[in-house]
Amino acid sequence: MENSIVQLESITKKFGQITAVDHVSLEILAGEFFSILGPSGCGKTTLLRLIAGLETPDSGFIYLHNKLINSVPPYQRDVNMVFQNYALFPHMNVYENIAFGLKMRKMRKEEIDQKVSNALELVGLSGMGLRKTTQLSGGQQQRVALARALVNEPSVLLLDEPLGALDLKLRKQMQMELKSLQKQLGITFIYVTHDQEEALTMSDKIAVMSAGKIEQLGTPSQIYDKPKSEFVSNFIGISNLFEGDLKSLDNSTLVLNTPDGIEIKALVNDSTYPRTAIAMVRPEKIQIDTQKPEKEVNFLRGKIIDIVYLGTVMQFKVRYKNRDVFILEKNCNKASEYSLDQEVFISWDFNSTVILPES
Amino acid sequence: MRNLIDLLKFGKISERTRVFILISPAVFWLFFFFLLPLGILLVYSFCQPNTSAPRGVNWEFTFDNYVKAINPSWSSDPDFVDLKPVILRSLWLAFVNTFICLIVGYPLAYYISKQSAKFKTILLILVILPFWTNFLVRTYAWIIILRESGLINTILMRLGIIQTPLELIWTRGAVIVGLVYGYLPFMVLPLYASIEKVNPSYFEAASDLGANSFQTFLRIMLPLTTPGIIAGSILVFIPTIGAYITPDLLGGAKVMMIGNSIKMQYLTIRNWPFGSALSFIVLSIVLLALFFYVRHTDLEENGS
Repeated sequence: MENSIVQLESITKKFGQITAVDHVSLEILAGEFFSILGPSGCGKTTLLRLIAGLETPDSGFIYLHNKLINSVPPYQRDVNMVFQNYALFPHMNVYENIAFGLKMRKMRKEEIDQKVSNALELVGLSGMGLRKTTQLSGGQQQRVALARALVNEPSVLLLDEPLGALDLKLRKQMQMELKSLQKQLGITFIYVTHDQEEALTMSDKIAVMSAGKIEQLGTPSQIYDKPKSEFVSNFIGISNLFEGDLKSLDNSTLVLNTPDGIEIKALVNDSTYPRTAIAMVRPEKIQIDTQKPEKEVNFLRGKIIDIVYLGTVMQFKVRYKNRDVFILEKNCNKASEYSLDQEVFISWDFNSTVILPES
Repeated sequence: MRNLIDLLKFGKISERTRVFILISPAVFWLFFFFLLPLGILLVYSFCQPNTSAPRGVNWEFTFDNYVKAINPSWSSDPDFVDLKPVILRSLWLAFVNTFICLIVGYPLAYYISKQSAKFKTILLILVILPFWTNFLVRTYAWIIILRESGLINTILMRLGIIQTPLELIWTRGAVIVGLVYGYLPFMVLPLYASIEKVNPSYFEAASDLGANSFQTFLRIMLPLTTPGIIAGSILVFIPTIGAYITPDLLGGAKVMMIGNSIKMQYLTIRNWPFGSALSFIVLSIVLLALFFYVRHTDLEENGS
């Protein structure tokens, strides 16, 4: 594709007996904010290091600008990385750290000075060039690491959980800054994280990884609203899962019967489904009421066993037989009418129900 | 005895007294067996030698011994043997030995630091293994390897590569080989400690930023392991200056170092004052080297 900047073709990387990356194929478009999301040990960092050239694939092909770069050493690749622990050179000050890449390219002194001071301004550290990196706070070190990579104007910036070591407030702020920086510079960002919220808020596209494989690739809303597997639905946000037998499928309405006697209807596009499937509904799609719903919806009757006030929303846990269902209610006034042990009806629309293929 | 234990236990005595009691054995030992002999040596070095007098000296103050060591033509005895070549040779051999140990030791230390934890321990034990055998015995082993009918000459002659034995032993080269062999562990261990401490992600970051292996070594590895290089060099340089066994056994009379001259002054010529002066010259060189080391580490600590 003309617009594609990084392409991976069936990349596999093993460490001894462990397959860190297992036949992964990916295409990343120029200017995209692309996140690789997954639990620790899923191979996401290895994938990033393969693109950087810090690891060599056992099989498969890596293309940058449509050129095969499998055997190109890291120092000749037009990509730069922000390391998880920043890896700032301790024997150099902020200026020398940022200038390092430019010096390696034998750039003239005046040009280096200009670019370093621009980079410092870009990350909000103007005038800090002569500081020792050890005198900086975690957030400042992170900005220096970012400037050190960006100053080289790479085609692709690789970020390995760059915000992992920062506290929540600073992390939120840096998320915003990173996103706007990416838009402003138009550089492709490949961002590795285990934080699903971070990936959802920042990315144009997300690849969810598990056990060395890509589980699902899509936009944040595709990943959240239409997860393809149980793993993805559980990893991203909270989900209520109902496993059941397929009862009928006609006029794109699928009916599922769970062993504990719930009938769930869902609107689907495909015409064939396996005999058993999992229905998934997000907690914020579920309504809670004292009356039996009048509309045609999925519903069940249960007892409130837990109420948690989360600031902007209330979270209910409703027990039906041996099953707990999570509900998020945005209307806190309405939510405060309910109390523990109360019998309630919970309901959700047919088209809020997502059928996951049995996995 | 009971009293002393009670005193230490219940702290009825002041902190200062307690510290004094605890360190006094070391202090007394160092005073009587190190400082006092050194003081006697210092006094001797400023006395006039006289082999027929009791104790071998005339108790008259003079700088003559030091002047003789540096330049005999300025002294009371212009025909006295000139030891300048020996002192310069000692300095030169110490520098060469330090340099070779560094060049040989650095890749070795780096290689060890890259191994798995278990293999690392084995390799480090191998590095210090020679210390478990007497240094003199190990140096004799080198005689067996290097002498005219030794291992190397025998093998080369049997293979027909040479017809007459090579002159290996009692040369400068033999002394250097012996010195490098003897002092290499002192270089490898501090280098290893220093290299081991460097986070490998610095090398990855440098490579990612466009530095090839050589540039990464020069700009990241070398500066970050400088403390190890300096510590190792000091540890090799200082004992080499005063080396005695190695030049004595492998260098013979041709490659004398200061250590051999001092021994000769004391035991053969019986000129104790001159031997003492030579000893103090070695001591000042060592102190000078230590001074640079301490100053450098001070800078390191203040800088970071």
